[in-house]
Amino acid sequence: MRPVWKENPSPGYQAIKAVILGGFALVIVVPILVVISTSLASDKDIIDAGGYVLWPSHPTVKAYQTLFSGGLMGRAILVSVFVTIVGTAIALAVTIALAYATSRPVLFGRPVLLMVLFTLLFAPGIIPMFLVVKQLGLLDSLWSLILPGALGAFNFVVLRTFFMNVPGELLESARIDGASDFTILRRIIMPLSKAVIAVVGLFYAVGFWNAFFNALLYLNDTSKWPVQVILRTYVLQGKSLSADQLGVHPPPQPQSLQMAVVVVALVPIAMVYPFLQRHFTKGVITGAVKG
Amino acid sequence: MLKANSDKRRAKNGLPLKAKWRRDWQMVLLMIPGVVFLLVFFYLPVIGNVVAFQDFQPYLGIMHSEWNGLQNFVNLYANPDFWDALRNTLLLAAVQLLLFFPVPIGLALIVDSLVSNRFRRWFQTIAYLPHFLSWVLVVTLFQQSLGGAGFVNNLLRQAGLDPIPFMTNPDTFPLLVVAQLIWKDAGWAMIIFLAALTTVDVSLYEAAAADGAGRWRRLWHITLPALRTVIVLLLILRIGDILSVGFEQFILQRDSVGPGAAEVLDTFTYYAGVVGGDWSSGAAAGLAKGVVGALLLWGANSLAHRLGEPGIFQRRT
Repeated sequence: MRPVWKENPSPGYQAIKAVILGGFALVIVVPILVVISTSLASDKDIIDAGGYVLWPSHPTVKAYQTLFSGGLMGRAILVSVFVTIVGTAIALAVTIALAYATSRPVLFGRPVLLMVLFTLLFAPGIIPMFLVVKQLGLLDSLWSLILPGALGAFNFVVLRTFFMNVPGELLESARIDGASDFTILRRIIMPLSKAVIAVVGLFYAVGFWNAFFNALLYLNDTSKWPVQVILRTYVLQGKSLSADQLGVHPPPQPQSLQMAVVVVALVPIAMVYPFLQRHFTKGVITGAVKG
Repeated sequence: MLKANSDKRRAKNGLPLKAKWRRDWQMVLLMIPGVVFLLVFFYLPVIGNVVAFQDFQPYLGIMHSEWNGLQNFVNLYANPDFWDALRNTLLLAAVQLLLFFPVPIGLALIVDSLVSNRFRRWFQTIAYLPHFLSWVLVVTLFQQSLGGAGFVNNLLRQAGLDPIPFMTNPDTFPLLVVAQLIWKDAGWAMIIFLAALTTVDVSLYEAAAADGAGRWRRLWHITLPALRTVIVLLLILRIGDILSVGFEQFILQRDSVGPGAAEVLDTFTYYAGVVGGDWSSGAAAGLAKGVVGALLLWGANSLAHRLGEPGIFQRRT
């Protein structure tokens, strides 16, 4: 509804707005669509179109079959899924516990909170991180992709802000009924914050799925590469997938194969996005405004 | 005397330590995993920065490498590659600040002025999505669109025109970088401005309109002042982050554009230290960057306090 005091926009203004917003949206959507279409296109479609396909007239999943029949991509997906699931579980457990413990005025709460907030101010640097991970014997181990990212200061702030807003009387009455702090966390705090915990979990999961540089830094063993590194090596750097990595002869057009790799990296994000979108605005704003 | 002191302490802290421990030990247990992570993966590396003051040899380790004072920083000062990296970092940060920062504000103003809720939601859904895509994916999408064999250049060739080397021209690289940043994050950055806009009291607009203020005067006198706090906050964050410009974005494109244009402080640290084996120079550059970044953030925040804005690190009262 247009408020009465607001003048009706002139057609000129409306056209400019539509062009700006529509253009912005198109520039985002078209490359993604082209990639998906090309991954589903047949060899003939690709040759006819000269490389990229806007709409595959003979859709086929041959590129995906080829990709998954070889060991390379299947293994990379397993690695990424493992890192994402285990990483998110560990990160959530650690962050929830720490955020709850520092959300109340308790012993050591203040100094520990300052310890976390200091991480927002200063970054230790790539080389000391590398040396620590190496010293712990985590090089070439998937744990090197999980453990260093297990506590995100931003996610911590979002959760802590939310926990602080749980009324103290609620916790006090539970305590009088004999509930321990563990019970309160499990039975009161966590059920009350399901949506925020879900969003923070998804933020962690997206972060673990998307992480690229950690793998480049800590993993030499190509059999442990996650999807993002595969994407960089075989699409961005254009290294061609060899026949034994694919296991299908003759392989389909490299173009559709490459685009299938892109889609594999994209799909999990696209799947969680609708849920994420429904809730993140609130999370981001509580975190940013009250942090 | 002694007793009076301990009484004072108790009054200040409420309970004696022992009673607090008995009350809070479960909470302290809950802190332990997080604190261990912080100590091992943050504070230990922070201390590990001492390699910047050593002639670090991996086979000797931190304990047995020789100390060489500020020699690594002196070497950095004499290293033209470091100055290139610093210059690129500052240039790219300035271009980002100038060209990226206003975009989400503009988008938010347009979206906020939309009357149709359906159109607004539809636009937001699309605009937020790229934030969740990895940099590898974003750079890949740009390469497939604008690269030498990408579909834009395919179209140009089919139209009989010369292809444009968007992705490999070092001179236009700063613009490419900003375009990628806008594509990925301008929509996302819009959220916070949209949220701030919803807090504006509508009766202000109404009163201004009744007094004859047109849309531009309302924008200037009501909307923009309402956004000031948020704008200052985000500017501070940007300034604190100025030396970090987007590490993955550069490491992914350094090969195709060349280090002359795409080497920034972080990639310098990585290539000199981890790839080149000159650990100490890399660590020195990394440490210098971290310290200067923290000082910038602190300085910008104090300045905001001076100007009467809340800033990010708020003083507790």
